[in-house]
Amino acid sequence: MKVLKALGIVLVLMALAYVGVMLPGGRTLFGVVFPYLALAIFIIFFIAKVVGWAKSPVPFRIPTTSGQANSLPWIKQNKLDCPSTTAGVIGRMVLEIFAFRSLFKNTRAEIHEGPKLAYGSSKFLWLFGIMFHYSFLLIVLRHLRLFTDPIPAFVHALEFGDGFLQVGAPTLYITDLVFIGALTFLFLRRLVLPAIRYISLPADYFPLFLILGIGITGVLMRYFVRVDVVSIKMLTHGLATFQPVISENVSGLFFVHLFLVASLLAYFPFSKLMHLGGVFLSPTRNLANNSRMVRHINPWNDPSIKPHSYASYEDEFREFMVDAGLPVDKELPPAPAEEVAPAEGGASAESE
Amino acid sequence: MTGAVPKKDWMDTPAVFKPGNYCYPGKESMAAYHGKNLPGKFGPARVWDVESDDWKLVDNWQQILLEGMKERLEKFRSFKIFMDCCVRCGACADKCHFFLGTGDPKNMPVLRAELLRSVYRNDFTTAGKILGSLAGGREMTFEVLKEWFMYFYQCTECRRCSVFCPYGIDTAEITMMGRELLHLVGVNTNWILEPAANSNRTGNHLGLQPHTFKENAEFLLDDIEEVTGIRLNSLTFNRKGAEILFVIPSADVFADPGIFTFMGYLLLFDHIGLDYTISTYSSEGGNFGLFTNNELMKKLNGKMYAEAKRLGVKWILGGECGHMWRVIHQYMDTMNGPADFLEVPKSPITGTVFENAASTKMVHISEFTADLIKHDKLKLDKSRNDHRIVTFHDSCNPARAMGLLDEPRYILENVCNNFHDMPENTIREQTFCCGSGTGLNTGEIMDLRMRAGLPRANAVKYVEEKYGVNMLACVCAIDRATLLALMQYWNPNVEVCGVSELVGNALIMDGEKERDSGLRFEPLAANEGETDV
Repeated sequence: MKVLKALGIVLVLMALAYVGVMLPGGRTLFGVVFPYLALAIFIIFFIAKVVGWAKSPVPFRIPTTSGQANSLPWIKQNKLDCPSTTAGVIGRMVLEIFAFRSLFKNTRAEIHEGPKLAYGSSKFLWLFGIMFHYSFLLIVLRHLRLFTDPIPAFVHALEFGDGFLQVGAPTLYITDLVFIGALTFLFLRRLVLPAIRYISLPADYFPLFLILGIGITGVLMRYFVRVDVVSIKMLTHGLATFQPVISENVSGLFFVHLFLVASLLAYFPFSKLMHLGGVFLSPTRNLANNSRMVRHINPWNDPSIKPHSYASYEDEFREFMVDAGLPVDKELPPAPAEEVAPAEGGASAESE
Repeated sequence: MTGAVPKKDWMDTPAVFKPGNYCYPGKESMAAYHGKNLPGKFGPARVWDVESDDWKLVDNWQQILLEGMKERLEKFRSFKIFMDCCVRCGACADKCHFFLGTGDPKNMPVLRAELLRSVYRNDFTTAGKILGSLAGGREMTFEVLKEWFMYFYQCTECRRCSVFCPYGIDTAEITMMGRELLHLVGVNTNWILEPAANSNRTGNHLGLQPHTFKENAEFLLDDIEEVTGIRLNSLTFNRKGAEILFVIPSADVFADPGIFTFMGYLLLFDHIGLDYTISTYSSEGGNFGLFTNNELMKKLNGKMYAEAKRLGVKWILGGECGHMWRVIHQYMDTMNGPADFLEVPKSPITGTVFENAASTKMVHISEFTADLIKHDKLKLDKSRNDHRIVTFHDSCNPARAMGLLDEPRYILENVCNNFHDMPENTIREQTFCCGSGTGLNTGEIMDLRMRAGLPRANAVKYVEEKYGVNMLACVCAIDRATLLALMQYWNPNVEVCGVSELVGNALIMDGEKERDSGLRFEPLAANEGETDV
C-alpha cells in the first residue's frame, strides 16, 4: 500500500508534466518557472535546515568510541575509530562520508535452533549504497555539459572514463547501468526483506521512485527515444545564464525528466534526503574522544543544581557516624545532663 | 522469537502490558522526593498501575510532552539531527540485543526511534504538518505514550546500533530523550527512582547508611584475612588529607560477586601502599540519574568533586563500573567541572602522569592497574587463577563511550594463564549488553532480561564449549549483578567476576600465608589432588 501510494504520486507528477506542457504557457511553467522555483526552495530550505541544526548546541561530548581510546602511551590507540585529535576526527569523517565506513562494518545476525546466534559480514547494503551514491554524483557532474560553455575539461574526462567500455552508439555510460541497477537493488531490498519492509514508510519509497523516474527518463532520452539535444542544451544553458529560451523542438519526455528533478530538489530539504547535510554534524562521529583531557562547555549548564550537601548528610547520620568511628566535621552536641547520670546507672553500680 | 514480522503496520500494533513485561512504576514517595529536589522534572507523584488504562496523568500531559520535546530539540543538536537524518536503511536492525532476544520489531533501533520520530514529524516538521501520516507523522496519543514506556524501557542505551549507523545515530540519545520526556509527566519506574533517591540521600543506591557501609566493607577484611593470613590496615573512610579518593560502584561492598572485586581492590592498594580513602558520602559511582534526566545525573555526579574538595585529595580513582564511567568520561567535566582544585593524576608508584585524564582528574582502575603491571610493580602468581578459564565481557559503557578495550585484557593476560576472547562480532566495540543495564536490573522483568541477554550468553556459550571457559570477567557492577543471573540461566557452569578479583587472587602479598583458596574460598587448581607437591 505504501509502495503504491509512493509510486502513484510519482506517476501523477510525470503525467502532470507531460500533459502540462501541452497547455498554453505550460512550457514556460515547466521549463523555466518550476526549475527556478525548485532550485530556490532547495537552496533556501537546505541552508535553513543546516542552520537550524547548528543553532542547537552540543552540550556534551558524546562520540561513539569504535576502537581503543588514547590512554597509556604503550597502548595502541585506534586513531581513526576513536580519535582524540581534530586530525583524527577529520580522518574518521572523511572515511565515513566518502567510504561509508560504518556501513562497511555491517554484520548480519541470525538465530538458529538452540537458540544459537551466528554472525556474518554483510556488505551488500554498503556496496549498493556506495554504487548508487557515486554513480549519482558522476551523472550530476556529467550533466554540467548541458549548463556550461565551454565545457570544463574534467567533464570531458568523466565522459571519457564513463564511456570507457565503448559499447553501442551512443556510447553506453557505465554509471547509467550502475545507477539504475543499484537503485533497483535498494528498492527490491526494501520490498523483499520483511524487516526492512516493516520499517519502511511512504517517505522511503517516494524518493526511490522519484530518482528511478529521473534515471529511466534520462536513459530513455539518451539511448532509446530521439530527442533534440541542441534545443535542450539551449534551454539548460539559458537557465544557467538566466536567459532561458524554449524551443518548440524540446520533447515532452524531457519536461517529465526536468519536472521530476525539480520535484526532487523541492522535496529534498523536507525529507530524509537531508542526511546529505546531517552526516557532517552528527555529534557521535564528529567529536574527538578527549572528554577527560579537555573541558567541553555546555551553554545551558545549570550551576544552581548542587549535590545533596555533605553537611546535610552528616546532619542526618552524625550519631551513627560517631558511633562507627567515622570522622565528622561537626562533633555531636554534648548530651543533656540528666542523661549523663541516670538513676538506674547508679543502682546497677551499687548492685555489683 | 526469530522475529516473524507482524502483518499489521507497526503504527497499528498497540503495546500490551502483561505481568513480566514491564517494570513497576515509581513509588509515590520516591516521585515526590525527586520532585521536591528538582521541581517540574518528575511530574506529579501518584499511585498508578501500568496495566490500567488510566495512568492518572495530568490533563495537559500531551502539551507537557510536546513542549518538553521542543525544549530538548533546542538544547541537543544530537536529538535534532537524529530525528531528521535517519533513512531507515536498517543497518541497525539486527544489532540490538533486545531485538535478537525478543524478535519484537519495535526493538529494532530504527523503530524504537520512529516511536518518537513519528510524533516529531507530526508536530515539528513542515512535511508532517502538511502531509500528516503520509509523511510518517502521528499524533501523541495515550497509545503512543504506552509504546514509549514499553520500548524506552526495553533499551539499555548500550550504543551498539550506533557503531553501525552510517550517520552515527545513537539510540541511547533517543532513549535518554524519551525517558526525560516520560519523567516530565510522571511515567517512571521504581527501580530507577528509588536507587537514585538512595544515592542522593545516603550516598549509594543501596541506601546503606554510613556505619553500615563501613561495617560491610570491613567485614570483607575478615574474609581477606582468612584467605591470605594478613590483616589489611590501609582501608579508611572519609579521611581528610588522603592522596586519592577511591569511588566505587556500591554493589561492590554489598553483593556477591562484586564483594570479591572489592577485596581485589583492597589487596591491590595495600600491596602498593597507596594512600587512599573511600567516602561514605560519595559511596556510589553508578549514576541512576543518567536513566532519568540530565538534571538528576548532574546532581548525583556532583558528589564526587564535592567530596574530593572537602577531603583535600589530589585526584580520584574510579572502580569497575559501567554507567559511572560513561558519566565521568562524557559528562562530568562539562556538568560539574572544572576540577581545578585537583591535580593531574599521577601514579604515586610508577610516576605515570595520566594525560588522558588531565581535565577530569579521574582515572579508571584498569588504566591504573595496567600501568602498575607494565612497570613491573606487582608481584603476581598467575597460576593462582589456573582454576579459572577466563573470557572477558567488554562492558558497553567503558567500551563504546570510553574506548577502554585493551587495558582490562592486558591485566587479564598478566594475572591468569587461561584467557580466551569471545568471537569478534561480540566483543570490543561490538560487545553485547548484559541485557539489564539502565535500571532494568529488576526481578519483575526476568524473562525479558534473559531474552535480552541471549546474544551475550550465546557468545559465552561458544567459548565455554570451545575452551572450557568457566569465568566471565567484566568491568561493571551492573554486569556483575545481572550477568550472574544470565549465566545461571543460560550457562550454569560459568561464574562472573570483576577483573580486580583475579588481580587480588594473583597478588603475592607481603607476609601472606600459603594460599590454598581464592577470594571466594574456592580451592585453587594446584591444591586439587596435588597437595603433596
